[in-house]
Amino acid sequence: MTVLDSVEIQPTNTSDMHPKKKAGFMRIPLPRSGAMRLGFGILAFFIVVALIGPLLVPGDPNTSTPFGNLPPSPQHLLGTTTIGQDIFRQLVDGTRLSLLIGFTCGLLTTLVAIIIGVTGGYFGGWIDEFLSMITNVFLVIPQLPLIIVLAALVPSGRGPGTVIIVITITGWAWGARVMRSITLTLRQRDYVQAARVGGESTFRLVFFEIVPNMGAIIATNFIFATISAILTEATLEFLGLSNLNQVSWGTMLYWAQNNDALLGGYWSWYVPPGVCIALLCTSLALINYGIDSIVNPRLRSIPTEKPAGLSGLVSRLPLLFPKKYARRMVQQHGE
Amino acid sequence: MAYFLRRLGFYLVALWVAVTMNFLLPRMMPGDPIDAIIARSQGRLPPAAVNALRAQLGLSHDPLWQQYFTYLGNLVHGNLGISFDYYPATVTSMLGDSIFWTINLLGVALLISAGLGTLLGIAAAWRRGSFIDRFIPPLLVFIQSIPAFWVGLLLIYFIGLKLQWFPVFGAISIDTDPTDKNINYYMDVISHAVLPSLTLVLVSIGGWMVGMRNAMLNTLAEDHVVMAEAKGLPQRRIMYTYAARNAILPQVASFANALGFIIGGQFLIEYVFSYPGLGFLSIQAVFNEDYPLIEGIFLFIAVAVLVANFLADIAYALLDPRVRDERR
Repeated sequence: MTVLDSVEIQPTNTSDMHPKKKAGFMRIPLPRSGAMRLGFGILAFFIVVALIGPLLVPGDPNTSTPFGNLPPSPQHLLGTTTIGQDIFRQLVDGTRLSLLIGFTCGLLTTLVAIIIGVTGGYFGGWIDEFLSMITNVFLVIPQLPLIIVLAALVPSGRGPGTVIIVITITGWAWGARVMRSITLTLRQRDYVQAARVGGESTFRLVFFEIVPNMGAIIATNFIFATISAILTEATLEFLGLSNLNQVSWGTMLYWAQNNDALLGGYWSWYVPPGVCIALLCTSLALINYGIDSIVNPRLRSIPTEKPAGLSGLVSRLPLLFPKKYARRMVQQHGE
Repeated sequence: MAYFLRRLGFYLVALWVAVTMNFLLPRMMPGDPIDAIIARSQGRLPPAAVNALRAQLGLSHDPLWQQYFTYLGNLVHGNLGISFDYYPATVTSMLGDSIFWTINLLGVALLISAGLGTLLGIAAAWRRGSFIDRFIPPLLVFIQSIPAFWVGLLLIYFIGLKLQWFPVFGAISIDTDPTDKNINYYMDVISHAVLPSLTLVLVSIGGWMVGMRNAMLNTLAEDHVVMAEAKGLPQRRIMYTYAARNAILPQVASFANALGFIIGGQFLIEYVFSYPGLGFLSIQAVFNEDYPLIEGIFLFIAVAVLVANFLADIAYALLDPRVRDERR
């Protein structure tokens, strides 16, 4: 709903002059609100860990030692698993796979959503009727049960590829619906009509005039898809529906659960992977929240006066929107 | 009326897609699951059952269309096949045992999260920039970014095992007699449902709150609210009768998304709490490679969600005449 509202508010006034330079979200100087800045910071941290982390903690995270269930110590920062694997090493190493699957799924899901949504919205007629029907059917069929059926039926050797395919097949529908409605409004815009009259090919119209102007929506959708992919991935792995020899946050939770880490009180085994998933998804959600309030100013929290006491303290938390940011937006819109 | 027929037509198509997918999926998968099953059952399955399984999983030698009609015929008669693992129990009978617990948990969690979330959303939009508006949405965004099952694990550990306030396993205690429905039985059922439903409420309330807040903000900017303000009506009346009453409509519409999401969460939460509902049953079935049971549960849930969505659509149209008159 928020996304649909934002369509009308999205600034498009310069688009008629330089349609090509108008790649929506690129023009927004990115980390402007505290929330977004925090989000980008956490995300950057995880990306760095995924890239160079395994080099800093060398060795195979699956190597087992005779020293099982050790508590956290300087040698093993987060202790060891039941079969003596170093949990901290697993956590660092697992970042790579978790991020890889999450972002690949987000990317693929968004691509499918753009293709189906834009095609339907642009061409209209029976193509639109048909694609909308498929989209709505996929929206209404409960996702996780379908994923479980799919993942369970796929025979042995479920690698990351299988997980990615399963999540993509089941996850594109919401994005496609949003893309379709955006396309419907964009294709009526003057600059698109002008380009059409000017004799541009359909391909050019769609991919050079319409899609670049959906920047903010595509970015939001990509982030949203990535969040849900990371959560779904963790869920599938937690249920053991993936290759359990590969280390990721989800498979760590699977092994923790199956070795009664909860009953044994080995908190350092099952708490850190969950915290990492939560932090990563929160960072993405914060970025999304930021984009959403840039394109849709109505949704922003604007404090009416200088807040004091507890809420004043809260307002200074980077999680929330600082006032200077709100003021800047007001100035901008006043121009 | 045309609106209802169109919606009904859509849900029939969706139903057909779900049924057909359920039919085609196991047939598209490479390999022969039956061999694995026979090996695993170690001679427990009689040959007749093996043949029935073959037919059901599309491993009979009939042409595909013939299998399809046999399959549809079985569905019409409520025959979802026979469970591998609980042979000779039928899938239908297994479903019957679990539905009660799932509805029990889902109903309570849905009512609490939708009701409380909507109220919080109203408050947040009404007192914009206040504590509740600034602090709670980011907190809920954070909670929603946590896998539901992990929230469940934390609650099990801290509230269940450390504080020992509520039981964390199953739906009733082992020593409670389920046939004797006295006050102790109900207290036992309720105390077992507290932690699972609390988890469900925690992970789903944020969506209701943010949705209501945004809808409410849009409604508050409308002329009739300004008019009510100008007339000097009491604030409470403007808040509930003028703004919230109109803003609540999209909440009914977002029921569709919410239901799919909450059922997904429910599956995992039933699993971590060993709560004997459909989700727990289906995940057990996945572990046991009990394909007929997995498929039966999926089909049942798909049908239930479709029916619920159809009812939500009807409710929405009854509440908002604009939807009925919509010409597309």
